Amino acid sequence: MSRRISRRSLLGGAATGALIRFPAPAIAQSAPIRLGLLTVKTGPLAQGGIQMEQGALTYLKENNAMMAGRKVELVSADTGGNPAGAKTKVQELVERDKVDVILGPLAAFELYAISDYVRQRKMPTLSLAAADNLTQRTPNPFLLRASSTSSQAMQPLGHYGATELKLKRVVAIADDLAFGYEEIGGFQAAFAKDGGCLVKKLWSPLTTPDYTPYVAQIGDCDGVCQGLAGSNPLRFMKAYADAGLKYPVATGEVGGDDALLKSFGNEALGLISCCPYSLDFQSDGNARFIGEMVKNFNAVPGFYAAGIYVNCQVVDAGLKAVGGNLSDKEAFMAALGKVSLDDTPRGPIKFDHLGNVIGTFCIRRCGTEGAKYGLKLWNKIVKTYENVSQFWTWPENEFLSHPVYSRDYPPLTKC
Amino acid sequence: MSFWLLLTVNSITFGGLLFLLSAGFSLIFGLMRIPNLTHGSMFMVGAYLGTSFLSGALGFTLNFWAAAILGALEVAVLGALMERLLLRRLAGQQLAQVLVTLGVSFMVADLCLMGWGGDPISVATPEGLGGFVRAGSAVFPLYRMAVIGIAVVFAIALWLMLERTRLGAMIRAGVDDPQMARVVGIRVSQLFTIVFGLGAGLAGFAGMIGGPILSVYPGLDQDMLPLALVVVILGGTGSLLGSFVGSIIVGFIYNFGQALLPELAYFVLFLPMVLVLVLRPQGLFGGQVL
Amino acid sequence: MNLKLVAVAIAVVALVVLPYVITEPYYVNIASQILLYAVFALGLNILVGYGGLVSLGHAGLSGVAAYGVAYLLAAGYGHTVAIAGGLAAGLIVTAGFAALSLRASGISFIMITLALGEIVWGLAYRWISITNGDNGITVNSRPAPFGQPLTSAVSFYNATLIVFLLAIAGCAVFVNSPFGAALAGTRDQPRRMNALGFHVWMIRFWAFMLSGLLSAVSGVLFVYYNQFISPQALALTASAEGLLMVISGGAATLLGPVVGAALVVIVKNVVSAYISRWNFMLGAIFVAIVVFMPEGLVPGTVRLVRAAWRSAHRNRSGRPAAAPIAEPKP
Repeated sequence: MSRRISRRSLLGGAATGALIRFPAPAIAQSAPIRLGLLTVKTGPLAQGGIQMEQGALTYLKENNAMMAGRKVELVSADTGGNPAGAKTKVQELVERDKVDVILGPLAAFELYAISDYVRQRKMPTLSLAAADNLTQRTPNPFLLRASSTSSQAMQPLGHYGATELKLKRVVAIADDLAFGYEEIGGFQAAFAKDGGCLVKKLWSPLTTPDYTPYVAQIGDCDGVCQGLAGSNPLRFMKAYADAGLKYPVATGEVGGDDALLKSFGNEALGLISCCPYSLDFQSDGNARFIGEMVKNFNAVPGFYAAGIYVNCQVVDAGLKAVGGNLSDKEAFMAALGKVSLDDTPRGPIKFDHLGNVIGTFCIRRCGTEGAKYGLKLWNKIVKTYENVSQFWTWPENEFLSHPVYSRDYPPLTKC
Repeated sequence: MSFWLLLTVNSITFGGLLFLLSAGFSLIFGLMRIPNLTHGSMFMVGAYLGTSFLSGALGFTLNFWAAAILGALEVAVLGALMERLLLRRLAGQQLAQVLVTLGVSFMVADLCLMGWGGDPISVATPEGLGGFVRAGSAVFPLYRMAVIGIAVVFAIALWLMLERTRLGAMIRAGVDDPQMARVVGIRVSQLFTIVFGLGAGLAGFAGMIGGPILSVYPGLDQDMLPLALVVVILGGTGSLLGSFVGSIIVGFIYNFGQALLPELAYFVLFLPMVLVLVLRPQGLFGGQVL
Repeated sequence: MNLKLVAVAIAVVALVVLPYVITEPYYVNIASQILLYAVFALGLNILVGYGGLVSLGHAGLSGVAAYGVAYLLAAGYGHTVAIAGGLAAGLIVTAGFAALSLRASGISFIMITLALGEIVWGLAYRWISITNGDNGITVNSRPAPFGQPLTSAVSFYNATLIVFLLAIAGCAVFVNSPFGAALAGTRDQPRRMNALGFHVWMIRFWAFMLSGLLSAVSGVLFVYYNQFISPQALALTASAEGLLMVISGGAATLLGPVVGAALVVIVKNVVSAYISRWNFMLGAIFVAIVVFMPEGLVPGTVRLVRAAWRSAHRNRSGRPAAAPIAEPKP
């Protein structure tokens, strides 16, 4: 992968960010590198978990299962999509399977549950999961995140909702978990900054067979913001449409995920989403990535697959920077933090000093125009925000002085 | 206003679905005196099988209703087999039978995971029943109204079977007094197999009918079984009317509980069950006292 | 009798030296898990095996204790207060369970305990302001009794072992006491016991409380082991697994629940590395045991071993082998 980047940049000549020069590996290690993947293959979040594995396998297949001259083995663990399962599986991966690097987990509450453990064990973890605070007020030095915090995608969405969709009163609904709280919190803060107001916050359990009791509470507004994950957006949008509601619906990085396009029906037309990854994103890296995913798994990628693929790119780059030597974990984490890539499926990325990504986020609208790869629906990019950090347009100190987004923060105000 | 109306319609719909699920459970409980802990699993298997038939597992795709019926028949056969091979060996030992159904539910859950994967499967609303009808400011989703209709049809059919056919008379006799039924010459063991199969088949049918509303996912069995239990305890085991009324009540508690008292949603659902078991064990409509 | 004492002594010694023989912390942790689930199973067995009352709600009792500990620690109290509070919470809820469910027996008892367990689970799941719902509560530190920290796998194992030995000793004392005999009497012949003047309800109530105490203790161990508690630990599946441990090992024996706990923990953690569908295996083993070996693994194996021993002896002395021993009815 790195060799291709260098060749292309030499030939093409266009590089907007810094490019790492990769030294030849000084030590030829013969033992394989073990990557542990904490994913979810059971339950509402399985949608994303299966994609995570596909993303990792796609990267490894593309690179002949080699990184920095060493062979790579992938060990997958199914956490079941809950913190208790994540704790059990991370212990298995670290103590029984002796992995060197952990990719994942998927869910914010899983990451919160295992954070102390990976820090104690000095286990480099490239998380897909959001969980804002672990790169904000209680940063974990062994955590790196190339995807997004929970609120990182929702803040631009709040801004877009207020300034371009001209929404003023929004009802929010999200899964009753840390991820949901942080998503809605981010939306609310940015939306309020630009003059909007959140009327009501609805929290539904992760396993909600029927969203009608929640849909029934939506009213007295001009828009809906949903922060549901996994396959829940499918059922919610159906219940929403069945109830005859017509307010515009906006969602974050997973509520309108491209991987769900094949399962959505007409109820998703007009859905606005803000995501770091889009099928519609034009770049060589993305075109290559989509091609490989379709070839290997007959499935188009979404946020989860792209997230893990990019994490693999980052691991690869970091390994090359330390010459394939994983004995000094702190040095490896430092090298990872300095990684800056141009040609990822989601565009250029780099990391802030707390280990979180700074990258491109796109607002998309769901429609039929431009549909490819056999899909009937397509998320078309309508606006691009570049160099978005986890703090949006607030100065870092000001952002960190507020409490972390939670069920009650920011509090609801009179609208 | 539309909040109350939408939730009321949804409660009745959910109640209808619960009736389809619980009627079989009530019959099995009334006749064999055991809570069939695989009932939720039968619901889930029927739904999974239905989705496979819908997407062409047989080599050709079936329409929604054919898939539901075929799935239900398969589940009925599975249920009858389970009764014949496992439960009949333990005839007379109710506790052991309950434990066997518990073990089988573990097995079925994992088999479904093996067969259909961990990803929830959406079921498309059948042709012609998508969308909704509007009456003033009230919105009535078409499919959900259809579910109410189906539940009523089945309620009437089951009632007719129980009251007007010989099989129904034998079942009622077995529910009232199995020993006397045997004395009178009714083959109670065969009856058990038939009723168990019938109950399982009904549950499987309910699973597919519920598909467009609930979708199919691992853990569906654990979500539906306690609801069936609450319905049957409230209504009274072995009582069809009890199942019907109990289902509607539970449908209301479930929907309004989620919306109005989210923190106590499950508390208000199970509390009536505990109260009935403690204060009026025969249920609201007088099944046998457990 | 002497043979038994020697066997017990050997077993205790083996358990004590175990963490020094198995050096892998992962496997020492598995052993700790087996012991803490064994305490849970021993508690459940008092009701199921000796009392004849099958409960499908016991995970709620251990869960309440676990949440009590986690909540008090998060609120800033020390470990002693937290443990006391957790045990107290567990006992109070147990009393509530007992008062409601002991009005019935048999199948009704199962249903009431199932419903009560679901109520407790439902509160843990949705009463977010207290329990944090599905996000769970993290426990940041383990206690340091008598100044010995329990952070390492070996030290935690030793602490769990002490608790386990106390629990099983306590159960042994209980079973052999008049109270234990009375409880077994109410299981086998409740009406006759009543006629003889025993207060059946009171006997069952105190047995339930003892059972609840052991469940609460296992809950405290659980929350310190995982340093985390979430509603999953109180779900119906967790209660069902406890029942699996008791029945498969052998209800109404002391060793049965321990063997059952070991079976379930090993299948869950170790076998799961090789066979991903271990839930199916667990269910299949359970069904097989209930159908073919209903008295459980421990008594069943003892029976088979004795039968083999006797037939080997008979054959050696030239006499014809005896008829197979009749299976005891459950």
